[in-house]
Amino acid sequence: MSPLVEVRDLVKHFPITKGIVFQRRVGAVQAVDGVSFDIEPGETLGIVGETGCGKSTTARLIMRLLEPTSGRVSFEGEDITHLKGSRLKAVRREMQMIFQDPYSSLNPRKTIGSIIGEPFAIHGLEKGEGERKRAVQELMETVGLNPEHYNRYPHEFSGGQRQRIGVARALALKPKLLIADEPVSALDVSIQAQVLNLLRDLQREFGLTVVFIAHDLSVVRHMCDRVAVMYLGKIVEIGPGDALYGFPRHPYTGALLSAVPVADPSHHGQARRLLSGDVPSPANPPSACRFHTRCPKAQELCSTREPLLEEMDSGTRAACHFPLTREEVGEIGVRSAG
Amino acid sequence: MSIGGAEVLPSGGGGLEFLDMGGDIAAQSPLQLFWRRFRQDRVALASGGFIIFLIVLAIAAPLVVKGLGLPSPYTENPNLTDSFGSPLGPTAAHPFGVDQLGEDVMSRVIYGTRVSLEVGILGTGIAAVIGVVLGLIAGFYRGWVDTLLSRFTDVVLSIPILVLGLGIGAACAVRGCLKGSIQPGLGEILFIIALANWTYMYRIVRGLVLSLREREFVDASRALGASDARIMFREILPNLVAPIIVYSSLLIPSNILLEAALSFLGVGVRPPTASWGQMIASATPIFNTAWWYMAFPGIALLLTVLAFNLLGDGLQDALNPRTTR
Ligand SMILES: Nc1ncnc2c1ncn2[C@@H]1O[C@H](COP(=O)(O)OP(=O)(O)OP(=O)(O)O)[C@@H](O)[C@H]1O
Ligand SMILES: [Mg+2]
Repeated sequence: MSPLVEVRDLVKHFPITKGIVFQRRVGAVQAVDGVSFDIEPGETLGIVGETGCGKSTTARLIMRLLEPTSGRVSFEGEDITHLKGSRLKAVRREMQMIFQDPYSSLNPRKTIGSIIGEPFAIHGLEKGEGERKRAVQELMETVGLNPEHYNRYPHEFSGGQRQRIGVARALALKPKLLIADEPVSALDVSIQAQVLNLLRDLQREFGLTVVFIAHDLSVVRHMCDRVAVMYLGKIVEIGPGDALYGFPRHPYTGALLSAVPVADPSHHGQARRLLSGDVPSPANPPSACRFHTRCPKAQELCSTREPLLEEMDSGTRAACHFPLTREEVGEIGVRSAG
Repeated sequence: MSIGGAEVLPSGGGGLEFLDMGGDIAAQSPLQLFWRRFRQDRVALASGGFIIFLIVLAIAAPLVVKGLGLPSPYTENPNLTDSFGSPLGPTAAHPFGVDQLGEDVMSRVIYGTRVSLEVGILGTGIAAVIGVVLGLIAGFYRGWVDTLLSRFTDVVLSIPILVLGLGIGAACAVRGCLKGSIQPGLGEILFIIALANWTYMYRIVRGLVLSLREREFVDASRALGASDARIMFREILPNLVAPIIVYSSLLIPSNILLEAALSFLGVGVRPPTASWGQMIASATPIFNTAWWYMAFPGIALLLTVLAFNLLGDGLQDALNPRTTR
């Protein structure tokens, strides 16, 4: 089966300018710097990484909310990187996004009914007041909202309910691809599971292909078939969840996994190993392997030659000159799958 | 606590039950919230009432004048001036007195409401529409569009508006300017006011749009396939309603004053049409003998401007509860 989405060598640099009247370009934030991966139909792909590593930028590039500096995105075999006008509008029906911030992603001046009904209005679907209202209320029910709240405003809802509104809006056009950008990171822990369950159920019901973005591997674990780990604008490891969680090969993946909170309190202290140091600035990333400044296994080679993603015998692809061994994985206390 | 373990992901459709946190609290639209706060502001309510009174007065001016048994504002009556040509003061038949031509001042003040409100509301409306549309475009597209519009605004802002008014007044006095699209009188004043004031609205709107366009609901709308125009006018504009209303209500009084000043200087509305500014101007040379001729239009102007300013303050407080006084 051919992939639903192909991302090839995607690059996004945000220029840094100085001066007010005459702006000079003094550098660039390398938010995404040469990312390639496929999204297979029906799968759930997780994208994980610390804040600022370029997850949202990648999502926005796929969604054509940002123009890439270079690289290509194909949807169902069609290069959509430079589509315009009605062709772009047609592709937009096929892919939708749930945003990170449930507060700024809903227009405070519109009722829930008109927010969820907006996709119909834009694409001229479900014409007629009654028909549209029925369609919107059906969607509200699907995502677990009370359809009677049709005329309410976003400020009357809690964060979790707002995220459900965002889900309903994204599903209105029955897209093939749904990108969920940290859909629960702004929510209370008690509500996170409800929204995650909703997404999982909807994925099954609608046969969606999902890209699930998170900054924490634990959230992704039960949602995703495959996981990509990003660090400073690059994918450092990608592969099936079982392989990646069971035997992480990139030291960064290992570090993230050991930072997963441990359910069993007796494990505390010993099993935790947080990353040392701060994330370097994406405006001035380290040479070659970007992780070498924080990597416990770094050697000279790591700062002079950039490692490429390579097939590992454990089933993932990792970009590392000195991948973790079984013993090392045991040492840093990564909880194996199970 | 863990959110990674299967224990917090209960099997089955645990996410599908209704989460009705809202309870039975009646839904409140932003308009209802606004009205609840505005209702408690007595000063603003009284000002609003006075402005409604003025609007009714302006629309029904002929009826009101007739009802009060006053002569029409254009009726000259030489019998009402003394042998030296000085007008008579307030009497029962002419409560505000008469002017040098024997025209009834009260009648003229009532008719003057028309000019002031027309200029205040219409002039502000035109300026607001221009400012809002250009501000939306500049803030939304940024880049060279914004640079161009903003530099143009700087140029317009550096025009001395009264001098320009006098210039246009002189140039368009006889047959109008721009192929007759700017006629002497009201049209001329509206043109000057719109030109003078759209820039302020532009700057406010542009600044707000620059920050609103970064909100995720704009991206959400774009991802759904919305056009630029739809995003600007259906998504961003509704968030600008409050500042636009507040700012317009503060622009109205300053435009009424500008009309008065221009009419005082002899540009724009001219006799026999009654305008407060122009009445004050013609009252100046005879103030010593006929105080009423200046006092009554002056009081009308003062009260009107005051009412609009107080209403503007009240709207600001009610629409933007974070401002404290
Ligand atoms: N519009 C922009 N202009 C300039 N820099 C930007 C812009 N958007 C993102 N960046 C920068 O690009 C980098 C990647 O940002 P991005 O939002 O993709 O990170 P993220 O992985 O989604 O992080 P988070 O977990 O905080 O959401 C950051 O350093 C950010 O500051
Ligand atoms: Mg993000």
